[in-house]
Amino acid sequence: MNPELALPILIPLVAGAVSLALWRSVRYQRIIAVLATAMLLAASVWLLRSTIDQGFLVMEMGSWPAPFSIVFVSDLLSAIMIVLTGIIGLAIAIYSLASTPQGHAKFGYFPLMHLLLAGVAGSFLTGDIFNLFVWFEVMLLASFALLTLGGERAQMEGAIKYVTLNLFSSAMFLSAVGLLYGTVGTLNMADIAQKVATLEDPGMITVISMMFMVSFGIKAAAFPLFFWLPASYHTPQVAVSALFAGLLTKVGVYALYRVFTLIFTQDVDYTHTILLWAAALTMLTGVLGAAAQFEFRRILSFHIVSQIGYMLLGLALFTPLAIIGGVFYIMHHIIVKTNLFLVSGIVYRLLGSYELKDLGGVYKERPWLAVLFLIPALSLAGIPPLSGFFAKFVVIRAGLEVEAYVVTGIALAVGLLTLYSMIKIWAEVFWKETPEHVTDLRRLRGEVKDKHDWAYFVPAIGLAACTLYIGLNGQPVYELAEMAAHQLLNPQLYIEAVLGGQQR
Amino acid sequence: MESLMAYVVGILFAAAIYMMLRRSIVKLVIGLIILSNAANLLIFVVSGMTRGAPPLLPENAQTAVGVIADPLPQALILTAIVIAFGVLAFAVVLIRRAYEVVGTDDLDQMKDTDT
Repeated sequence: MNPELALPILIPLVAGAVSLALWRSVRYQRIIAVLATAMLLAASVWLLRSTIDQGFLVMEMGSWPAPFSIVFVSDLLSAIMIVLTGIIGLAIAIYSLASTPQGHAKFGYFPLMHLLLAGVAGSFLTGDIFNLFVWFEVMLLASFALLTLGGERAQMEGAIKYVTLNLFSSAMFLSAVGLLYGTVGTLNMADIAQKVATLEDPGMITVISMMFMVSFGIKAAAFPLFFWLPASYHTPQVAVSALFAGLLTKVGVYALYRVFTLIFTQDVDYTHTILLWAAALTMLTGVLGAAAQFEFRRILSFHIVSQIGYMLLGLALFTPLAIIGGVFYIMHHIIVKTNLFLVSGIVYRLLGSYELKDLGGVYKERPWLAVLFLIPALSLAGIPPLSGFFAKFVVIRAGLEVEAYVVTGIALAVGLLTLYSMIKIWAEVFWKETPEHVTDLRRLRGEVKDKHDWAYFVPAIGLAACTLYIGLNGQPVYELAEMAAHQLLNPQLYIEAVLGGQQR
Repeated sequence: MESLMAYVVGILFAAAIYMMLRRSIVKLVIGLIILSNAANLLIFVVSGMTRGAPPLLPENAQTAVGVIADPLPQALILTAIVIAFGVLAFAVVLIRRAYEVVGTDDLDQMKDTDT
């Protein structure tokens, strides 16, 4: 038995249930939120350590042997994603202490946050394709409710697009699972991978793999299926935006990594070429969309799309170095992107707007906040020695090695355009004079103090420290990504661990 | 029987997408409902339809005699139905709130957050 394998799912589920029971007492819900996410982080580090030691952790539900039971499997990619979930969960829980309006907290913000984390953790750990669908839905339902909490007009409009496209993607996923079951007669991912490899006619599998690509592509916000993301991510309150930006699309990316390394490797030339062009166009359209925006969170939302492209590029090139780069990129991106949204929330707190034209003069009054923005912003653009530089470096080097020059050129150009967007935010928000029509400067000058101000800065500083750590001390992180990539590129290890594990 | 059901599934998918492409949000939700039903029926059809052979073993028997229905797709569909029920209940409340807040049921009027 490996209790650490179940803990990342159990802790948020239990915390969510307890928070629901304490519906009337927001105070206790806040305490539980921080405690539970801290426990989640501790459990996730435990999981990562034992996964590094043992390679794979497998847990069979109800002690039924593997292809018949639902299994939870932790390989290094899962464990890394779980650790990132823990980090982001804790950061958002602390940030929410200050940023969540009372009205939201009274209507179930904290239970929903726990439920979302449970859904995300479940998606990362399950080894059963139908169970993955179930965890997706747990996550989606929580995210629907979080997105609409508050009920403003923009939220409703954003939510309709978000809900419709995600439900469409779920229906597509469900149909693909049905077709896959009809073809190979099993739902266990390891067993599917084994049976797919022995199938005589792989044509049907390629069709099914395309359905998975579309379905996960919608969830990951890949080109041309990303338009729900910039329409909705800037509408909820900022802690929710940050949580979504960090984790939700990355669940889609993780699912793509999982199925296109483990199951659908029968026709790599075809499937991964499509992924490659989708990745290139995702990068390009995302960054061009961002260039046309003048609202803090909308710019950041479009950049999520463009960064997803880099992760898909790693998967699509499908060489060891590329997969390492992709995994490294995911690690770097989750931390950096969440941090940027957190900083946008702090600026909103100080000046009461996300529109660039209503912002300005922050550097003069709060130079340290400007530094706090600059660390993730430059990291996102890929300036050394921050984490983004190494992530981009590995992916682009992998692209050059397989001589995919066009795509690599696009990746480099997108890096420049990312820098342009970040400089735009820097110049408008931090450097220019405060516009004359902005009159309420008391918060900016520090004349009004709020009770929980520290809770805005602690998570942002912590995440910035993580970025600096990955940048300045990249070797252990790179080695971790290398081990994860080794496991991903050798699916027989995964299959043996899951199906050969009954005697242990 | 199976080829007939295949057409039914196809028609359901087509109807669902047609409804989703209409401008009214009510029709959008109807489209989503049909879509989830189409996916459920698809699972049922592709995993093979067996008539009049419930997946039950006779008393004292260890293995099945003859062909019996596969119980797994039924379990999958049940799970999917429950999930779809919850999600669609949310969607129905959402369109009602959206109608109240935005003041229209026309999707073409709801593009403030688009760019």
